[in-house]
Amino acid sequence: MIEAVGLDSGVIDSVLVIVTQLVLAIAVTPLLIGVMRTTRARLEGRVGGGIGQPWRDVAKLLSKEPLRAPGSTPVLTTAPILLVASSLLLCALVPLVSTLALASVPGDLFVVVSVLLLGTVALALLGLESGTAFGGMGSSRHMTIAALVEPTVLLSIYALSVPTGTSALASIVQARKLDPTSLLNPVSLLSIVALVVVVIAETGRLPVDNPSTHLELTMVHEAMILESGGRDLGWLEFGSWLRLTALLGLVVNLAMPWGVAADAAPLGLLVGLVTITAKLLVTGALLAAAEVFMAKLRLFRVPELLAGSFVLAFLSVSASYLVF
Amino acid sequence: MTRLAPPETVLVTRDQLAAAMATQLQRGLRLALVAAHEDGPLVRGTSFRVVHVFLGSAGERVEVVVEVPRDDAWLPTLAGLSYPAGRFEREIRDLYGIVPRGHPQPYRLVRHGHWPTGFYPMLRDADPAPTFGADQGFPFVEVSGKGVYEIPVGPVHAGMIEPGHFRFSVVGETIVRMYQRLYFAHRGVEKLFEGRPVADGIPLAERISGDTAVGHSLAYAMAVEDALGIEVPEHDRLVRALLLECERLYNHVNDIGAIINDTGLSIVNQHAGRLRETLLRHNARLTGHRLLRGAIRIGGADLASAPDLALVTSVAAEAAELASIATGHGMVANRLDTTAVLPPEQARRLGVLGYVARASGLAVDARADQPFVDLGERFEVITRTTGDVRARFDVRVDEVAVTARLVADLAARIAALEGSGSDSNASASADLPTGPGAGLGVVEAWRGTLVHRIEVDAHGVLTRVKVVDPSFCTWPGLPVALAETIVPDFPLANKSFNMSYAGNDL
Repeated sequence: MIEAVGLDSGVIDSVLVIVTQLVLAIAVTPLLIGVMRTTRARLEGRVGGGIGQPWRDVAKLLSKEPLRAPGSTPVLTTAPILLVASSLLLCALVPLVSTLALASVPGDLFVVVSVLLLGTVALALLGLESGTAFGGMGSSRHMTIAALVEPTVLLSIYALSVPTGTSALASIVQARKLDPTSLLNPVSLLSIVALVVVVIAETGRLPVDNPSTHLELTMVHEAMILESGGRDLGWLEFGSWLRLTALLGLVVNLAMPWGVAADAAPLGLLVGLVTITAKLLVTGALLAAAEVFMAKLRLFRVPELLAGSFVLAFLSVSASYLVF
Repeated sequence: MTRLAPPETVLVTRDQLAAAMATQLQRGLRLALVAAHEDGPLVRGTSFRVVHVFLGSAGERVEVVVEVPRDDAWLPTLAGLSYPAGRFEREIRDLYGIVPRGHPQPYRLVRHGHWPTGFYPMLRDADPAPTFGADQGFPFVEVSGKGVYEIPVGPVHAGMIEPGHFRFSVVGETIVRMYQRLYFAHRGVEKLFEGRPVADGIPLAERISGDTAVGHSLAYAMAVEDALGIEVPEHDRLVRALLLECERLYNHVNDIGAIINDTGLSIVNQHAGRLRETLLRHNARLTGHRLLRGAIRIGGADLASAPDLALVTSVAAEAAELASIATGHGMVANRLDTTAVLPPEQARRLGVLGYVARASGLAVDARADQPFVDLGERFEVITRTTGDVRARFDVRVDEVAVTARLVADLAARIAALEGSGSDSNASASADLPTGPGAGLGVVEAWRGTLVHRIEVDAHGVLTRVKVVDPSFCTWPGLPVALAETIVPDFPLANKSFNMSYAGNDL
């Protein structure tokens, strides 16, 4: 379903866009996490570690030698790299700064979801690799959630692709930008709500998972990375944060496509860079503020929440055929 | 009501023990403490004496004493009559080597697998530095079947909590069975008491379990006073009751936050932490120590300053508001309701104490059952019947309100006594009478009924101190409450029990 729009606009432009998006992702991600943590801390009446703390944490972890259990297999070493690589690829493919269709790399919906799944599987294998009960437990819960999340991502974006007639994410964002009326119809609203829910679940935030818990038995994401340390842990943390940036960036650009560049012109890219940064930080702060008022769902009610989001996505698809 | 009547002592032989025990249980008394003693020559005793203490809900105290020759050290097990008795027997076997014959669980309790066989640390001639071997593991019921797997947790945990090992057998996410292994924090506290002059026992008692400094030191002081026949003036008894309530207040406020924190609504915990800190600073003004150490002494208790009633009232009101915010939150209420139910019948059989018992409908409270001071009309025992996490949470919330009222009443009565000048400082640092004697101290500490039984010789030196923290009786309730609970709800269930490891392990 890949459209050939703009394939001829040059490899150099594509490289420029990809480099810009990667620089943005690497620079803004720790800031985004810092803003989210600080927002939450301030709203709870705590001082917090400051906006720069995630940067310092990752820098510290990356400079540390990883300790690996005897008998561990290369999965322990490769899974963090795979996670970071897949997350970076995600950041490159998702239209964050520009909707320029990339030369020879498809920014297609199905490709993006597959890349997302690659990171998910890498994490799950890492959890199993440690051979501890916690890792296996975390992986099992993680895959349960993933199995419910991925169809919803596919379905809700598919609903948005129906009016555009293409499954290329860049084209969808571009079309929505050119036709602002499409932003406020039931199709769009339902699928954005469904997407927000799955992004929360996929990135392990409240009410699905509690990223700040110390209770091993309740963990999902944290349980899988319990046995990793030093550099490995640094990459795992950073890779997971990058996924948040990519998914959140995709949702905000679908919901509010203004400011996204259409090509690789320097001024457009700069505007795109500034607007996506602002959109990400504001949305992150809002998400963190909402988390303050939320408790963690009982594990067996998480599927209910995700099934609900799937229903929204499904309704959105049905509606898209009725409306268009 | 200055002092309860001295305990009724029943001397029995081994053969009569079960019948004597059954008699007391049928009277409605509960087994509160079993202590073994080594009698005879100082270096190596020739016989053991096992004292069973029963407490009733109307101040009754009964001691059933049985003699056991050292070279034929066994007792018929009473585990079939009373679950706590079975646990005490295992403890005594590990520490003194008295074998409970026919015990259904003939495994080690206190001594882990690496302790040498035949080494009993409480004996007078025990080697102070035995050679420890490799850990032999521990027996637990292995659940087998399709899809059953085990999750070992601890003793080192991810959070700042005490050491304990939990072995879950799980199908999917549902707990089939949980085995808990405690006694990682066994420090030999009871042995450390031996040979100390009675006054030196207070600092040690305050450190048995850090959050129960008043509870333990008060139970210890009351046991010593009981043994030596010391009268405590009413003013000092009121001060003691006040301190006990202050301890309950800061711990319950902390628990309200901690339980809700485990549901992920951490803002409640942040505010509970702020309230706790306010109370700790208030404690420091009251006694000079944030955890209320140093206020209780043999024969009395002292306050450095009068309590700030406005502060206590406002903290209690804020705690109630926090609790109502939490329970009014649909997601939080869903996590608390019907989670980890301890049915009343099970609670009664296991002999659990404190808020855990009261949340399962048992009105066990030493402030009503074994009072050392009249708390007035505004005191009430809070109970719930559902026995779930919500019930244990609600009991704490209501007890905070009762405690705040009690603090106000007690402070007013203390001020009235001080104003009338009827209370002189006569009790302060008078020479303590010496023994010999034996005494019992029973206190409703914040976790539940706390019992100390001490024996002192003619020189005022402690020969035996037996401590029963409510945790010892309540820990067995946790695995029972976990039936049908899912693994991710365990931390919440555990926090709602919030039993002491140090107080249990001694």
